[in-house]
Amino acid sequence: MAAKPKLYYTRGRGRMESIRWLLAAAGVEFEEEFIDTKEDLEKLRNDGSLLFQQLPMVEIDGVKMVQTRAILSYIAAKYNLYGKDLKERVWIDMYVEGTTDLMIMIMYLPFQPADTKEKNFALIIERATNRYFPVYEKALKDHGHDYLVGNKLSWADIHLLEAILMAEECKPDILSAFPLLQAFKGRTSNIATIKKFLQPGSQRKPPADEKFVTTVKQIFNI
Amino acid sequence: MSGKPRLTYCNGRGRMEPVRWLLAAAGVEFEENFLETKEQYEKLIKDGVLMFQQVPLVEIDGMKMVQTRAILSYIAGKYNLYGKDLKERALIDMYVEGITDLMQMILMFPFSPPEAKEKNLDSIKERATNRYFPVFEKVLKQHGQDFLVGNKFSWADVRLIEAILAVEEKIPAVLSGFPQLQAFKIRMSNMPPIKRFLQPGSPRKPPPDEHYVETVLKIFKK
Repeated sequence: MAAKPKLYYTRGRGRMESIRWLLAAAGVEFEEEFIDTKEDLEKLRNDGSLLFQQLPMVEIDGVKMVQTRAILSYIAAKYNLYGKDLKERVWIDMYVEGTTDLMIMIMYLPFQPADTKEKNFALIIERATNRYFPVYEKALKDHGHDYLVGNKLSWADIHLLEAILMAEECKPDILSAFPLLQAFKGRTSNIATIKKFLQPGSQRKPPADEKFVTTVKQIFNI
Repeated sequence: MSGKPRLTYCNGRGRMEPVRWLLAAAGVEFEENFLETKEQYEKLIKDGVLMFQQVPLVEIDGMKMVQTRAILSYIAGKYNLYGKDLKERALIDMYVEGITDLMQMILMFPFSPPEAKEKNLDSIKERATNRYFPVFEKVLKQHGQDFLVGNKFSWADVRLIEAILAVEEKIPAVLSGFPQLQAFKIRMSNMPPIKRFLQPGSPRKPPPDEHYVETVLKIFKK
């Protein structure tokens, strides 16, 4: 298919952001159709476009793909960002699952009730600092390579950079104890495709604000 | 190869059960190391054996694998249960992710407070009947084949039979509107490795009971 992938989602990060990152890093141009209202969502559902009635949905290579991990795995494999064999793939999967767990905590934070926000925020910082970042710091230290797996850029690196930047938005000095991650961040941000994505005017979305939270709650009835 | 895969988890279904199912369906014998106390769990963490300080842990092919999805993808890939190409893999991933969302509701159910249990059970029934089972009923009807993807037994079929049986334990008549799934259930249950797994004395774990819930809370609650 020569057509560009088309992303269907709300006008914000949510579960689609990792997909935008991966496509951008792979140098793949994509289009976006934004779901702004409940009616937009109902229309997609009624069209039979959403296998499980949910977003994200990405139309790619003639298939209306759903389920974030399925979409990401497909893109990673298609654009050679998934390692060279099964063993490298499982390392990438393990690393990505870790950064996913961290990013989901950050993603949900704006949607938490006010009385639990502070506690959840503290948990994010604690997990990032004690559970997740040490793993990637150690991985880079142990092999001394520029990339997490197989001495080659992979989905794991792109996902880690995304997680680092999101965590820094929560606490700007969160990498203070992780010199190798700081260097990783600098190097990876300078990769041409990623550098472009990090510039204003790209398809990267801003952090969730109150307006976005309200819109999402309205569209999905939550 | 360093012998049979070794699974470390509590003596119950939880997040390890899909791994037991997949290994069993692939005809792979495995050993189990049951976590019974907080001290055992803390020792595993101290020994640096759990990448993100979490179980499931599967020791396989010289690796200490964590993160359920990473483990399952590896096993599916290794034992040819992941389709013949990227497109089939994407379909398998989509189906598995959808089923996993349904199974997540069942996984969390024993841990919900008593006053929420009836509502949660209704949600499980609603989602199974209106969102998930219709998808797979339609897939089987449309291609008329025995298996969900590529006319060949795959991880998706294993996940689906596991889910059907788990939902039926809670809602015995749940398949009443789904003749294709009824036939699928019988076919899958009769496949020799699955038939063996469904017999008493297999590594299959029983539904979670109060003792299991207590053990989990004892080990993992801070």
